[in-house]
Amino acid sequence: MGLQAIAFYLMATVTVLAAFAVVSARNPVHSVLFLITAFFSAAGLFVLLGAEFLAMLLVVVYVGAVAVLFLFVVMMLDVDFKSLRQGFAQYLPFGLIVAGILTLEMIIVAISIATKGAASKVTGPMASLPDVSNAETIGRVLYTTYVYFFQAAGLVLLVAMIGAIVLTLRHKPGVKRQNIAKQNRRGPKTGMVIVDIKPGANTKEGVEGE
Amino acid sequence: MIGLTHYLTLAAILFTIGVFGIFVNRKNIIVILMSIELILLAVNINLVAFSVYLHDVTGQIFAMFVLTVAAAEAAVGLAILVTFFRNRGDIAVDDVSVMKG
Repeated sequence: MGLQAIAFYLMATVTVLAAFAVVSARNPVHSVLFLITAFFSAAGLFVLLGAEFLAMLLVVVYVGAVAVLFLFVVMMLDVDFKSLRQGFAQYLPFGLIVAGILTLEMIIVAISIATKGAASKVTGPMASLPDVSNAETIGRVLYTTYVYFFQAAGLVLLVAMIGAIVLTLRHKPGVKRQNIAKQNRRGPKTGMVIVDIKPGANTKEGVEGE
Repeated sequence: MIGLTHYLTLAAILFTIGVFGIFVNRKNIIVILMSIELILLAVNINLVAFSVYLHDVTGQIFAMFVLTVAAAEAAVGLAILVTFFRNRGDIAVDDVSVMKG
């Protein structure tokens, strides 16, 4: 049990410090890298809780996709980040006051829920059913009770994908593109001219009828 | 022993850091988006912790849905950001009101 406590405090500390570095780093690339660190240690906390499937999902989706997307955008856009930091010191005291009050309130609520609420009678952590793995436990519920929600989640991702593509798609003027519908419409009547050339006549005169 | 309180406290601190990040980085929309990701991560930790300590797998399912929405939100947000940068040349949030139709 001691080892578990050490692991929890280690990963919790890393998560909090990395999260703080995300919002206070001067360089946005560093911010993204700290975000990856925070997600990784949060995934470690999920493993500690026994929710391995969610932990792997966090690594694959957040570290593998979202954080890399952030990295792409930060490196792709040539932005003057120094000017964007204006007002950091100005809003710092107000932000600290709000953050402090918010943390205190939420910690008080957390303690009261954990000691007096429904979770107070629970003996210990249990992420899966007793005889099956965590992924199977999730699958048994996800594909039965929540199957429509699952499909709706897929739809959300599809809409987001189409939206992102439509937003960033642009047609540069002057670039020749293949228009397949136009190509298929083109037949002998539109693409070909039959010219009846009289002997001795100039070819240009024959085309004149076009 | 590590109990529910520990995880809820950690999630509370993470959530507050996210809110704090939005407060202090008001002009840098990339950091604001990352702060939103932090907030959603805190929510996920809450959901998973409750799911594990209440012995109900539903919390983990909802954490998955939150993950889905967070990924979609990041993709669309960054796409809007790229389009905005293309039109304006910078990403100052103060000028975003020009986007209204």
